[in-house]
Amino acid sequence: METVLTTHLADDRYRRIDGYRGSGGYEALRKAVSMPRESIVEEVRKANLRGRGGAGFPAGVKWGFLPKDFSRPRVLVVNADEGEPGTFKDRLILTRGPHLLVEGIAITCYALAIHSAYIYIRGEYVLEARILEEAVAEAYAAGFLGKDLLGSGFDLDVTVHRGAGAYICGEETSTINSLEGKRGWPRLKPPFPASVGAFGLPTLVNNVETLADVPWIVANGGERFAALGCEKNGGTRLVGVSGPVERPGVYELPANVNLRDVIYDIAGGLRGGKPLKAVIPGGSSTPVLRAEEIDVTFDIESMAKIGTMAGTSGVIVIPEGTCMVRALSVLMNFYAHESCGQCSPCREGTGWLRKITGRIEAGEGRPGDVELILDLCDNMMGRTICALADAAAMPAQSFIWKFREEFDRHIAERKCPFGNSF
Amino acid sequence: MSVVFSEAARAEFERLLSRYPDRRAVILPALHLAQREFGYLSDEAILYVAELTGASPAEIEGVATFYTMYNRKPVGKYHLQICRNLSCSLLGAERLIGHVSEKLGIRPGETTPDGRFTLSVVECLGSCGTAPVMQVNDDYHENLTVESVDAVLDKLRSEE
Ligand SMILES: Cc1cc2nc3c(=O)[nH]c(=O)nc-3n(C[C@H](O)[C@H](O)[C@H](O)COP(=O)(O)O)c2cc1C
Ligand code: SF4
Ligand code: FES
Repeated sequence: METVLTTHLADDRYRRIDGYRGSGGYEALRKAVSMPRESIVEEVRKANLRGRGGAGFPAGVKWGFLPKDFSRPRVLVVNADEGEPGTFKDRLILTRGPHLLVEGIAITCYALAIHSAYIYIRGEYVLEARILEEAVAEAYAAGFLGKDLLGSGFDLDVTVHRGAGAYICGEETSTINSLEGKRGWPRLKPPFPASVGAFGLPTLVNNVETLADVPWIVANGGERFAALGCEKNGGTRLVGVSGPVERPGVYELPANVNLRDVIYDIAGGLRGGKPLKAVIPGGSSTPVLRAEEIDVTFDIESMAKIGTMAGTSGVIVIPEGTCMVRALSVLMNFYAHESCGQCSPCREGTGWLRKITGRIEAGEGRPGDVELILDLCDNMMGRTICALADAAAMPAQSFIWKFREEFDRHIAERKCPFGNSF
Repeated sequence: MSVVFSEAARAEFERLLSRYPDRRAVILPALHLAQREFGYLSDEAILYVAELTGASPAEIEGVATFYTMYNRKPVGKYHLQICRNLSCSLLGAERLIGHVSEKLGIRPGETTPDGRFTLSVVECLGSCGTAPVMQVNDDYHENLTVESVDAVLDKLRSEE
């Protein structure tokens, strides 16, 4: 299989600029600055590159949302917040191939006439931020960033901006507020960031992996990138597999890979040959699948067809013997902790979901609690400023739809049939 | 403790200021700097950052309390932060938290009487493929077992 990213992520050799350049790094930028801007955008459009931050929005289309007139300066915000539980793929790019990202940023900014880019990296990634700072400094020194980059007459500044611990800051309008030095409260849309974003300026927000794909697209052409994937889903994706599997980790895979193969071939199956119980396919917000549902192509459209999402492609593998009420309760603690509290359906809803799943797990659930959870979810979805409320409701609903009998047993027996442990 | 940036921190602050079109944007980096300089964000530190950035103390307080990484109270020399989200829990995070808690004689949220260790339970650290994970100050410790967490603690104890 042809790879877009992992050739540069195999080991630490490409972390420094010399190693990266030694394998063709920054040649795509050189090519880009000799191309008309519009044709770079056209290649990305042809590539069928879908945003890798979770929502899967086509990157070329999003780039087209920036205003056509250039009277106001524009900003690129790179989303390196990587907060969705089960997701740890961007970290690999940040530590092993930071120049893939820097080059992707430079090309994107050149193509869209953006002169300042901010990389918003989650605060906990201290080491990663340091590596990134180093890469940015190296790129400045080599003339790939800064004034008149590569003699093109184009100026670009890139700044690494550290977050400080808040999942919500991965939501793009929250990211923008946080970058501006405010609490990370998501903003009402419209206006959309493309017209009023960071510092009141037209802003493009893209995920780390999305941008890291751009150099390959420019070097090899959008059509070749598209051909690596499936119909509406170009290229390869970084898939993270976690949980008790033999070989957890990040793998670069074509979009048409089968989910079962991801778990059993690529990640080596469950440790000790344990049977599989459930899979959360694309980060903690995506609806859970039962073991018998995983014979499915792991691309955005096929996953949507079976009622879940490819999301961030962070696959969480859950073995037989796991209490699904306890697992849900862990997730509900998370969302209640991370709700920013602006919208009452989310603030109250996530609080109740935490409370009710907690009491069911503790053997104190009441008849009607399961219906109560489903009701709460209905009242949370689609009624809030951002998608965090939906992100909490989707796992809650799906755990109940798929594992209802476990919730009922907890309530009927007044205890956890699994002995309250993982 | 005097709350004034060292010369190096002051220079770093000035460098940061030049990176943003708006002075307010430097608030998060300035709070990081202040926490590194002063250990935690005391009331004095909040006032100092307000003065530096031109925002009101109430605004700075609002920002500082929104984010989990800013400590408004002193923390131990080593801040142990164990992830309890799902991938880590599936691989024994709860047992690990219990073990560390017992070994140090403190519950999550507490600091040992000698001020050496603070134990916190945190959400996903973005390192689920090497679960279970614990962050100690800036550093990640991954693929932890009870034995390897003991080794980490013993090493930290012997450093002084
Ligand atoms: C609650 C919430 C958290 C999010 N966290 C992240 C994140 O950590 N990283 C990320 O890239 N996108 C995250 N997103 C998605 C962003 O809002 C945005 O769609 C994305 O950064 C766009 O980049 P892309 O089009 O390249 O995927 C989050 C969305 C929501 C609703
Ligand atoms: S949905 Fe939740 S997290 Fe999003 S803005 Fe509303 S309260 Fe905040
Ligand atoms: S669940 Fe612990 S690092 Fe992600």
